[in-house]
Amino acid sequence: MSTFKTTRRVAFSLVAAAAASFSLQAQAGGHGIDLAGKTVEWIIPFSETGGSAKWANFYAPLLSEALPGQPTVVVKFMPGAGSTKGANFFQEQQYDDGTLIFGSSGSTQFPFLLGDPRVKYNYADWNVVLASGTGGVAYLPPELAAKMDGMDASGLQGEDFIYGNQGATRLDLVPTLAWEMLGLNVESVMGIKGRGDGRLMFERGEANIDYQTSSSYLSGVTPLVEAGTAVPMMTWGALDDAGNIVRDPTFPDIPTFKEVCDATEGCETSGEQWDAWKAFFIAGFPAQKMVFLPAGASEDAKVTYTAAFEAVKARADFAEISGKRLGKYPQMTGEAAQTALASGTTVTPEAKAFVVNWLQEKYGVSLN
Amino acid sequence: MEVIMEALPALGDAWGLILQPIVLGYLVLGVVMGLCIGVFPGLGGIAGLSLLLPFMFGMDPILGLALMVGMVAVVPTSDTFASVLMGIPGSSASQATVLDGFPMAKRGQAARALSAAFASSLFGGLVGAAFLTVFILIARPIVLEFRTPELLMITIFGLSMVGILAGRVAIKGIVAAGLGMLIGTIGEGASSGDLRMSSYDYPYLTDGLKLVIVGLGIFAIPEIISLLRQDRAISQEPQLGGGWLEGVKDWFANIWLSVRCSIIGVVVGVIPGLGGSVVDWIAYGHAVQTTKDKSQFGSGEVRGVIGPESSNNAKEGGGLVPTLLFGIPGSGSMAIFIGAIALLGSGQIEVGPAMLKNNLDITYSIVWLLALANVVGTVICIAASGGIAKLTTIRFALLAPFLFMIISFAAFQSGQNLMDLAALIGIGFLGIMMRRFDWSRPAFLIGFVLSNPAETYANQALQIAQSRFRKGFEEGIDYIFSPIVIILLIITVVSVVVGLRQAKTILAEGDVQSGSKRAPFVFMLAVTGYIAYAFYDASAIPEYSRDRTFPMFVAGVCLVGCAILIVRMMLKPETDTIFADRERNGEDADATHGLWPTLAWFAGLLILTSLLGFILALAIFLFSFMRFRAGVSTLFAAAYTVAGLAFMMGMAWLLNRDFPPGLLQEYADLPWPFT
Repeated sequence: MSTFKTTRRVAFSLVAAAAASFSLQAQAGGHGIDLAGKTVEWIIPFSETGGSAKWANFYAPLLSEALPGQPTVVVKFMPGAGSTKGANFFQEQQYDDGTLIFGSSGSTQFPFLLGDPRVKYNYADWNVVLASGTGGVAYLPPELAAKMDGMDASGLQGEDFIYGNQGATRLDLVPTLAWEMLGLNVESVMGIKGRGDGRLMFERGEANIDYQTSSSYLSGVTPLVEAGTAVPMMTWGALDDAGNIVRDPTFPDIPTFKEVCDATEGCETSGEQWDAWKAFFIAGFPAQKMVFLPAGASEDAKVTYTAAFEAVKARADFAEISGKRLGKYPQMTGEAAQTALASGTTVTPEAKAFVVNWLQEKYGVSLN
Repeated sequence: MEVIMEALPALGDAWGLILQPIVLGYLVLGVVMGLCIGVFPGLGGIAGLSLLLPFMFGMDPILGLALMVGMVAVVPTSDTFASVLMGIPGSSASQATVLDGFPMAKRGQAARALSAAFASSLFGGLVGAAFLTVFILIARPIVLEFRTPELLMITIFGLSMVGILAGRVAIKGIVAAGLGMLIGTIGEGASSGDLRMSSYDYPYLTDGLKLVIVGLGIFAIPEIISLLRQDRAISQEPQLGGGWLEGVKDWFANIWLSVRCSIIGVVVGVIPGLGGSVVDWIAYGHAVQTTKDKSQFGSGEVRGVIGPESSNNAKEGGGLVPTLLFGIPGSGSMAIFIGAIALLGSGQIEVGPAMLKNNLDITYSIVWLLALANVVGTVICIAASGGIAKLTTIRFALLAPFLFMIISFAAFQSGQNLMDLAALIGIGFLGIMMRRFDWSRPAFLIGFVLSNPAETYANQALQIAQSRFRKGFEEGIDYIFSPIVIILLIITVVSVVVGLRQAKTILAEGDVQSGSKRAPFVFMLAVTGYIAYAFYDASAIPEYSRDRTFPMFVAGVCLVGCAILIVRMMLKPETDTIFADRERNGEDADATHGLWPTLAWFAGLLILTSLLGFILALAIFLFSFMRFRAGVSTLFAAAYTVAGLAFMMGMAWLLNRDFPPGLLQEYADLPWPFT
């Protein structure tokens, strides 16, 4: 089989010449596994078309270069059941030789946190080797943004808002809960296929409030802001090392939801509701995408993959090539990844109960 | 004027970029790869682009674009081979081509049908590119005028094509479309995620059935089975008539139809959200309505090939508008295309609202690379069509196992679940029955394809309209009845009225004789039973959920239709057209082999796969089918099996795909490809 893989790679290099340069980074050492001649399968529980695909396709060739033995890294898409199908599949896999990894996303974490009946996986069993964060920005049409008094959103409380929502239990619960906390009357129009459709709805004037994750905001909304047809309202913020919400490094000039909430009458940055929002924000954004080895992975494998992702991060051009594709967010390995995993996959029972109850009351969504 | 002054230099730059030998070389490479993949039904541009993705990282943008555009552009060209020669819709873009292209192949005119299709594709691609060159500059504000009510109206217009394709008994066609819509609602609702006709205990159905499976099941399987039963070649004429030149002449004689259908293709492709999946049906409907003598449609009218084929390549060009200008992919392959563009170079091309301002030259390069790829692809296809058309003279029993292998593999790729194969056979059985009893399969498929957009847009438009009405009556009315909606409404009404009047003459399923009452009546009752159960199932969803409304509405309308049909069946004599049954008279009745033994072969493949995994099952299936059903020598059967398996494995390995595992794989850890 190995000869096959080699010829295939050679053939492909010829076919699509000028592909990535296969620089040889000597990684072989006392610790670690050698993946020479092997094929690493990276399972993504979404279709080829989503944000996770973009993220995995960005990392796959870099990871291939950085792993000892330069294995071929292929991204395998296993969509279904809101990503729980792929995650359930991964849960059943036993560690073999380190050629199987899994990429999870906020959409995989939320059903886990909310106790969705389809979830048969457990994050505690897996071994995290990379955690990638992102951020999100909410924005308004200019005439509504003008009703905000600095950071005080009270002026918006009498307005009727329409928001294109991908699904009550998806990442969209972070913005919708935030807006509700600000006292905004936001009606969710369901059945949006992706956040891009939500932005289109905003551009067509059907929706009058929207949010995008950072990279989509940069490419899709910044031109609208420049043209004067959209005004940023707030970001969800980023986490500092102590776990506090601070300004998003990609958007240092836009206030965070925390600041807006503080400035708005009736919105509290403490208490049950705030804690619930913050817990789901952390699961959905700063610890949004993670790479795992399956249950029972050897220490050698974990060390190898961690070192490989660190080598990717240490590339001289990493800031440049990742900035546009992933945004300026921490790409965490080792301890930091562990911390991100812990904060992204645990919420207090109170926060969970609050959100489950809120979903039931607001959308009639029952999670049992 | 100012806009054009800015555009001209960019257009010049674009041609400067394109007309470099290395860029053209990459383009041709992409075209050849695209043709190779597009030839196989069910594997569209998504599979091809995924293959290229690993090489896009850091690649020179114009080279990467040439490679990718070359591939994407020609998939709707080469999938015509499967549609015309085998009656298998290669992708959603060529479903309508099957209706008249395949009957032409059966009459020994495959080469003519193919070259007419390719000439139309080429022309459509060029018209699309020319139109886009100007239109792209002014497209943004126009596209933004298409709000949810407009999208809903286009969906309804697409559904109105059912009127033309309904067949001899119009209500039967409408019920068929409704059945397609109900099958399309299976799974989690888009609004609040309530389940329709499925349960979390059997997770397969919660994601709904995929178009690949329904398209292949409803069109391909009935044709394969029917041809197999007759044990002959596809072409009834031993001598192939109609060379490729004749097809090109056919196209030229209908050039204005081709122009109009190309424009339809670009315009519908431009509108984000519909993904162009209805374009070919709308073009087909247009071709029917503008033809004086409609008697040949459904049995090999070349205009029925020229119309859809002109539109489907033009649609790819139109689809670039939402993709490049809004960053919203019009289709699955476009979504990967966007992702891949981000990987090119240092990521300097950002698809989205800024594309025209910052990268107009790149935008034009993409548009004209697409056109150029069409030219190259078409020339290759026309050159090959004469040779490939000879496939239709081979005894079909030799082709069938190979085809079945391909479509099983394609079906499995959609969900990577053994249930994909079961669903394929299930839908295939429905397709066989619909074909037998003269229920319009095109109507069913249109219903299925548009079920999702119809439901989503209806719910969204209603919700947004309610919010507008709360602000003021006038604002609500303005929102719902925009000028575009009113125009579309008029077109739809005219099309339905005209269509229903003509439907009786257009036999999408060919002429079917009537026979006894019993079998058609039993099928009628089975359909009614399913619809009634779907109604009951949807009504069990809590009342506040929007997910119940649409299936209940559709099922309700269908039940009325079913009631009328049942009454008619009870009153009319058994010679009435309502009792059409292919097993009574004609090809199927005279077939050498029975329906059930033929179907059993494929059920056998499914059962073996569930036990041994796909590859082992396939080995047994191919060999025994060749040996015992086709009756060839043991040596030939063995060689066929080896070749088939080698082909399958090569393809899966190239595309990095797995095969369905069986029970055996639960217990034994086998190496690829047996896993």
